[in-house]
Amino acid sequence: MSVTINIKNLVKSYKKVEALKDISLIIKPNELFGFIGPDGAGKTTLFRILTSLILPDSGLITVDQWDVIRDFKNIRKITGYMPGRFSLYMDLTVQENLEFYAKLFGTNIQENYDLIKDVYEQIAPFKNRRAGALSGGMKQKLALSCALIHKPRLLVLDEPTTGVDAVSRKEFWELLKKMQKKDITILVSTPYMDEAALCDRVALMQSGKLLSLDTPQQIINDFKGNLFAIRTEKMYTLLNSLTAFDAEMQVYRFGESLHLSTSLNPSEAKEKITRYLTEKGYREIYIEQVTPVIEDCFLALMNKTIVS
Amino acid sequence: MRTIRYILQKEFIQIFRDKSMLPIIILIPVLQLLVLSYTATFEIKNIRLVVVDHDHSTDSRNLINKFSGSRFYKYLGEESSYKQAENDIAAGKTDQVLVIEPDFEKKLITEGNASVQVVTDAINGSAASLMAAYAVSIIQGFNENIVVHKSPLHYHGLPIDVSSLFWYNPELNYITYMVPGILVLLITIIAMFLSSMNIVKEKELSTIEQLNVTPIHKLEFIAGKLIPFWIIAMVDLVIGLLLARFWFGIIIVGSPLLLLSVAAVYLVLVLALGLFVSSLTETMQQAMFISWFVLVIFILMSGLFTPIESMPVWAQQLDKFNPLAYFVKINRMIMLKGAVFNDFRKDFFILAGYAAAMLTFSILKYRKTSG
Repeated sequence: MSVTINIKNLVKSYKKVEALKDISLIIKPNELFGFIGPDGAGKTTLFRILTSLILPDSGLITVDQWDVIRDFKNIRKITGYMPGRFSLYMDLTVQENLEFYAKLFGTNIQENYDLIKDVYEQIAPFKNRRAGALSGGMKQKLALSCALIHKPRLLVLDEPTTGVDAVSRKEFWELLKKMQKKDITILVSTPYMDEAALCDRVALMQSGKLLSLDTPQQIINDFKGNLFAIRTEKMYTLLNSLTAFDAEMQVYRFGESLHLSTSLNPSEAKEKITRYLTEKGYREIYIEQVTPVIEDCFLALMNKTIVS
Repeated sequence: MRTIRYILQKEFIQIFRDKSMLPIIILIPVLQLLVLSYTATFEIKNIRLVVVDHDHSTDSRNLINKFSGSRFYKYLGEESSYKQAENDIAAGKTDQVLVIEPDFEKKLITEGNASVQVVTDAINGSAASLMAAYAVSIIQGFNENIVVHKSPLHYHGLPIDVSSLFWYNPELNYITYMVPGILVLLITIIAMFLSSMNIVKEKELSTIEQLNVTPIHKLEFIAGKLIPFWIIAMVDLVIGLLLARFWFGIIIVGSPLLLLSVAAVYLVLVLALGLFVSSLTETMQQAMFISWFVLVIFILMSGLFTPIESMPVWAQQLDKFNPLAYFVKINRMIMLKGAVFNDFRKDFFILAGYAAAMLTFSILKYRKTSG
């Protein structure tokens, strides 16, 4: 039931900006697939082409046997799309919005209720409230319900968790996992790297290019070099000092510490850095090797592309 | 087709839920009709008159009485010198000055003619010509009286007696003339503004994004968007006609059903224009400004306030593209003249053709610019 998506050599430019530069990838049936990347990476453009809202300059996308340009009518029937910006009617109630979209797809709420049940139950107490009066998290759940109401085989969610509080974000991802069990291919984009670990596979995008594409575990396994967390009593100048130390090392902020990756072996690196920082007058130096998480991998990849 | 019904349902929920919407579509047009119909008058009442009487005779007194007795005049009094009266006009204290020469009465008796001077403030051209015409007609009446009085035996009436009859509006009642025109104007504003803004609203709030990924057909969407305002404008027209009949007491000479049928076609044209505007714009503000500019031109050139016949030739040519001009004309023909379909057949077919062409063009344009 769920679909395969085949993207081949996709190119799209706006007036001056190249939004997508030759993107190719395949998304497998029933996959929970994440597109991770900063603003302007091209995630939304890719989704808008996939949902037949805009046309690509060249390249093609197929959803199962259907071409996204030629057979857009068929694709629209089986796709649920949640745009990045809340796009339901603010002056209609929760229930009216849901009913309206159900009717447009020639169905009704009862028919597909078990599909949306998990999501809708959470907003059902507010079903007579206008959509405009809902909180951010509630709005997202309503939008998800509306995107699911016609039993889609493909669900496309453009930054569903942006601007939503941490608790709602967690709930939202739990819901997505449940949806996936109902045999739907799910595409999610997000600027939050920690959400990448929750996907089956992730694609890291930056400036219209694919930087990497793999399972979260494999991306971590592919991390090259050793990673250290560094703290001193004077954090303010530390980043500049370490960046100036050795061009081969990569340094970036990570929570309360700095993360540094290097190809040197652990003991040699530890000693070299400690000596350098002591010379520079830093005290209370804390340096510890850590295992990389997915964010380290992405930051390393993104830094590498900026340098090259 | 069922999709259209769902969109209509949604539209009407939204329209009636919006608290400012009901007054906009019902109350404001009614108020405007009442206010505009009483104020957009061509008649001039209360012309302020100052007299400089150099004669102070019975005849001069009689002439002045003629003026002060007229319902169009408000006699302010006398000034001692012409200079003084001139200052009054300059200061805007009076609209007209009547100067009576010395020996006015004596000349009338001995020479059989005498002259008076009428000076009119012409800062407003059309008002001035009306005021001058009023003055002339009063003096003419006075003239006739004198001839009858002074030499009754020789009076055979004036050589040519001009008497005017005004057909379709015998009393030149401006309300009869204005109300049908203003009605047209109001439903045009309602239909054009609301339709253009409503479609753009979906773009501005990006609700169109969610709608575009549904299997909904563009034509269904457009129909669902335009039909509500077609209905509202028709309801407004019916309310307006009832007011015209029962409040203003205008007898609708022709068939009201015929009028509503023409309006039905005319509104399609107006809504198509609204759709066109909304395909050009991205925000409600832009749509409102463009609609406004277009409407101001249409209204001022519609023949509602100034006759089209007195416009320059190029403007008359331009008016061939002015939907309001056609409908104002047909509307007046039906309401005041009792015209039947055959009388305005040609104008109607132009209007219908125009509507069909504009609708097709707007739909094509709309499809090109979105999704």
